[in-house]
Amino acid sequence: MAKITYITSDAKVHEIEVQNGLTVMEGAVQNNIPGIDADCGGGMACATCHVYVQDDWYNKLSAKEDGEEDMLDMAFEPKKNSRLSCQLIVSDELDGLVVNIPSKQS
Amino acid sequence: MIKTDALIIGAGPTGLFTAHQIKLIGLDCEIVDNLDKVGGQCIELYPDKPIYDIPAVPECTGEELTKNLINQLKPFDIKFHLSERVEEVKKDNVNWIVKTNNGKIFSTPNVIIAGGVGSFEPRKFSIKECEKFENKSVFYSVKDKKIFEGKTVAIFGGGDSALDWAIELSKNSKVNLIHRREEFRGAQATVNKMHALAKEGKINLFTKYQMTSVHGNGQLESIDIKNDDDEKKNLKADYALGFFGLIMQLGPIANWGLNLDKKTIEVDTEKFETNQKGIYAVGDICSYPGKLKLILSGFHEGALAARACFKLARPDEKYRFEFTTTSTNLLKRLGKKE
Repeated sequence: MAKITYITSDAKVHEIEVQNGLTVMEGAVQNNIPGIDADCGGGMACATCHVYVQDDWYNKLSAKEDGEEDMLDMAFEPKKNSRLSCQLIVSDELDGLVVNIPSKQS
Repeated sequence: MIKTDALIIGAGPTGLFTAHQIKLIGLDCEIVDNLDKVGGQCIELYPDKPIYDIPAVPECTGEELTKNLINQLKPFDIKFHLSERVEEVKKDNVNWIVKTNNGKIFSTPNVIIAGGVGSFEPRKFSIKECEKFENKSVFYSVKDKKIFEGKTVAIFGGGDSALDWAIELSKNSKVNLIHRREEFRGAQATVNKMHALAKEGKINLFTKYQMTSVHGNGQLESIDIKNDDDEKKNLKADYALGFFGLIMQLGPIANWGLNLDKKTIEVDTEKFETNQKGIYAVGDICSYPGKLKLILSGFHEGALAARACFKLARPDEKYRFEFTTTSTNLLKRLGKKE
């Protein structure tokens, strides 16, 4: 289990206990957190589960695969700290992770 | 008005196999898709990615799967209506009347929605003001390249479309190519060609930059771009082209009176029928307890929806289940028997 904090674009804070092995995307979708569309269902094929990872966490995460950076080209307002939340697998190490959800996914 | 036993919306793998099942049991069908080609997500999102969980096919790419499904439809005469988006589904006395954005009208007792996550639409610039210039000086595809001759064009994106158009338009226009990072995901040969043109000064390349605002009065005049270090530039621009790939939008489906759960359509698991009699949903777009978004689930759902169509298309006949291995009727339809 890891506590993941999702901050939506209206600055609402959602703290969710997410099971290990799920993705940060699934944690959001299963708990009805608005702003994560995940159209392709986690296949790294749509860039609609885009999140901004807070700086102190960004470098602790597993590195991006090539395909993820390619998909981020298509995301809505990508930044340096952009990730696809379907590629972030929850484990005890992610306990305390904070992600910001963009105002739109497309 | 086109009359058919069943209209399938969506030419992805589920729509294609559903068509197979409909033709196999002796009904007619036509297929509408918003894309200009057959294959849906398999072709648009992952043509080269291998898929490993199609039963009896250990490994195949999205493109190969699509080709095989099209091959499987060869015995049948199926009319495809591509680049057509269904806008409206309404009931007359008996049938569903389906209208597309280009004015095609279908009359059918059965509508099968195999629409994935909706229709593919181009992703747009995130700057709201771009809407004012859309289809005048801001475009997401090129219909007539002549309008760019002698003009200054800002091209955004890092894939093949952005690169191909930057190379092509650099012959007769002043091209600024802007991309959010240094790496381009287009074909290596195209990336090399673009860099060569940039070296010759035929293309002005701005990497790590993104658009921040647009200026102009009716017609676009200039754009502002900013890089990761907050350095800003103002570039003259008669036109801006954005190539950020496609996004899936549920679109008009939301207005057809169907029970929706988020972006999916609720169905039963006997006929895969929605709350509207004669409208079915199969594949990724349908939801029911235990739904898996797998291609193989779409095949099963389509096979059952096809049988359900029979009752409404042939109310006076009785559907009889048959195997392709033994049924003379089915073998005739497949062209394997005279």
